[in-house]
Amino acid sequence: MSDNSENNGYWQANIRLVKICLVIWALVSFGFGILLRPMLGGIPVGGTDLGFWFAQQGSIIVFLALIFFYAWRMNKLDAEHGVDEQ
Amino acid sequence: MDQFTINLLFVGASFALYIGIAIWARAGSTSEFYAAGRGVHPVTNGMATAADWMSAASFISMAGLIAFTGYDNSTYLMGWTGGYVLLALLLAPYLRKFGKFTVSEFIGDRFYSPTARMVAVICLIVASTTYVIGQMTGVGVAFGRFLEVSNTAGLLIGACVVFAYAVFGGMKGVTYTQVAQYCVLIMAYTIPAVFISLQLTGNPIPALGLFGDHAASGEPLLAKLDQIVQELGFNEYTAHHGDTFNMVLFTLSLMIGTAGLPHVIMRFFTVPKVSDARWSAGWTLIFIALLYLTAPAVGAMARLNITEQFWPNGTEGQAVSVEQIETDETYAWMQTWQKTGLLGWEDKNGDGRIQYYNDANPEMQERAAANGWDGNELTNFNRDILVLANPEIANLPGWVIGLVAAGGLAAALSTAAGLLLAISSAVSHDLLKGQLTPNMSERAELMSARIAMAVAIAVATYLGLNPPGFAAQTVALAFGLAAASIFPALMMGIFSKRVNNTGAVAGMLVGLLVTLVYIFLHKGWFFIPDTNSFTDADPLLGTVKSTSFGAIGALLNFGTAILVSKLTAEPPKHIQELVESVRVPRGAGAAVEGH
Repeated sequence: MSDNSENNGYWQANIRLVKICLVIWALVSFGFGILLRPMLGGIPVGGTDLGFWFAQQGSIIVFLALIFFYAWRMNKLDAEHGVDEQ
Repeated sequence: MDQFTINLLFVGASFALYIGIAIWARAGSTSEFYAAGRGVHPVTNGMATAADWMSAASFISMAGLIAFTGYDNSTYLMGWTGGYVLLALLLAPYLRKFGKFTVSEFIGDRFYSPTARMVAVICLIVASTTYVIGQMTGVGVAFGRFLEVSNTAGLLIGACVVFAYAVFGGMKGVTYTQVAQYCVLIMAYTIPAVFISLQLTGNPIPALGLFGDHAASGEPLLAKLDQIVQELGFNEYTAHHGDTFNMVLFTLSLMIGTAGLPHVIMRFFTVPKVSDARWSAGWTLIFIALLYLTAPAVGAMARLNITEQFWPNGTEGQAVSVEQIETDETYAWMQTWQKTGLLGWEDKNGDGRIQYYNDANPEMQERAAANGWDGNELTNFNRDILVLANPEIANLPGWVIGLVAAGGLAAALSTAAGLLLAISSAVSHDLLKGQLTPNMSERAELMSARIAMAVAIAVATYLGLNPPGFAAQTVALAFGLAAASIFPALMMGIFSKRVNNTGAVAGMLVGLLVTLVYIFLHKGWFFIPDTNSFTDADPLLGTVKSTSFGAIGALLNFGTAILVSKLTAEPPKHIQELVESVRVPRGAGAAVEGH
């Protein structure tokens, strides 16, 4: 492990992963649930549209998937870079 | 057996269970108390954290706010779950690696300054106290109904119970008590929802029933709901009506606030390993999601049931008669809730019927004039009663009603007691012993903790009598304060090596003060009614309501901290090394008690 995490692969890979996850996080909630809802207005789901579903349920399900994906991916990264807990 | 006895039995049995578990697994030392999560399976720990976090706001209040507003209040659903993503990705694993017990200790160490620690403590006290006010509102509703007294009497009795519960102390830290509380809470929430979903849609899973077909009409449930609420002049349930910018800001405030509240973050300090800290946020969210995926179904179905009860012959037919309300068993819930003062109706035009409609809608005013109506006659329907009244509205068996009463109390009491403990330890341990009177004896410390708790509960009860909003709205203000003060300091402490002590302190102060002033301007100074200069209907800044300001406060906090740090010296070498070490999991020891 190098002293400066800005230049080391582990920290950079982590930051990249966090960024990707946060983009999806924002897309399903602020995006599909609120701002982009008019675009999804044409897709019917149970008497309303997909945007409504994302706002009330879909985003929560994606949040769960994101957290478990991140945990799984990071625990693998820890091992690959030899910084996991022994 | 009458309903009052059944309620008493359920509430009594659930309390006996919690106390029994608490005695069986009593926490001894401070570190056992804080580290109740150690050695516990992450799934169990997740369940306990979920119980800790889901309060009166989630259980009692949220579905009611969704029911009467519809889509626009999806903000609560996204906001209070989305925060866990921030927590899992940006804070939990690093704070676990740091290895101390409290948020203020991390801020004090990372920003190498007792001042920073003290400012963090003040931020925590302000946010937690606001949070307790919201809980007390919920406690008042729950006790008022359950003891069949007025809301005020319920609140005062509830305050005494909360105080006793918090002083009893250690039981809060015992993971297994919280697991039991979670089980009671989630059963109490989902069982009535399953019954109602079966009645309305034939689907036993409420979350799916919400998007299913309404059995009686064959139309999709939400389409049916949209139709009947619009026929009474209300806003279309599934459509967007409010201001979009405010909706985004409000959701963001709740998300950031979730990741900035001390009693949740604390749980992640003490899981066995860094990798577990990542998983446990996920497990916690699974258990929270069980309630949060059900809540929108509870809201929509209750709205449909209520509307149909007031218009038993359809929205074009005759409204329900006063006689029917007074004699028909189906309407018994209205009699019981009237006693709390949170539900009221009045036959204004004296036609012997209660017309429930939106009297602010011009089209409805025309219809009212044609039919001789004299305004909406359902004069008061407090949003916070919806979840507790829901099983009665749907005529579910008495034991379900008793179970819901027990669940509501579990949610409100556990969180209120936990927050009071956090406030009292912040005052006695961090402020007094840590800063002002370091030589204080252990007895004096304990005494000051009790006094702080009593003061906090007195303040919260007083303000709870005239709350700044419904339970979930008041709690949202607390999230805004946490978002504006704590979260940015924690995040910068991990992701920036350049932010120094002066920057962090300036950032926290600016975030907290600006947000607090904005809230006070709209909700009254120190939440005292009628001292406000603006209202949320017509806020100071454009469309930004006081509940949504936390996100702006957080932005100001980030900006100030970065700017001030740039102008001042960079943090010393050993602090930069501390940040480096927090960033990698290797070498994480057990959490240790701070000074």
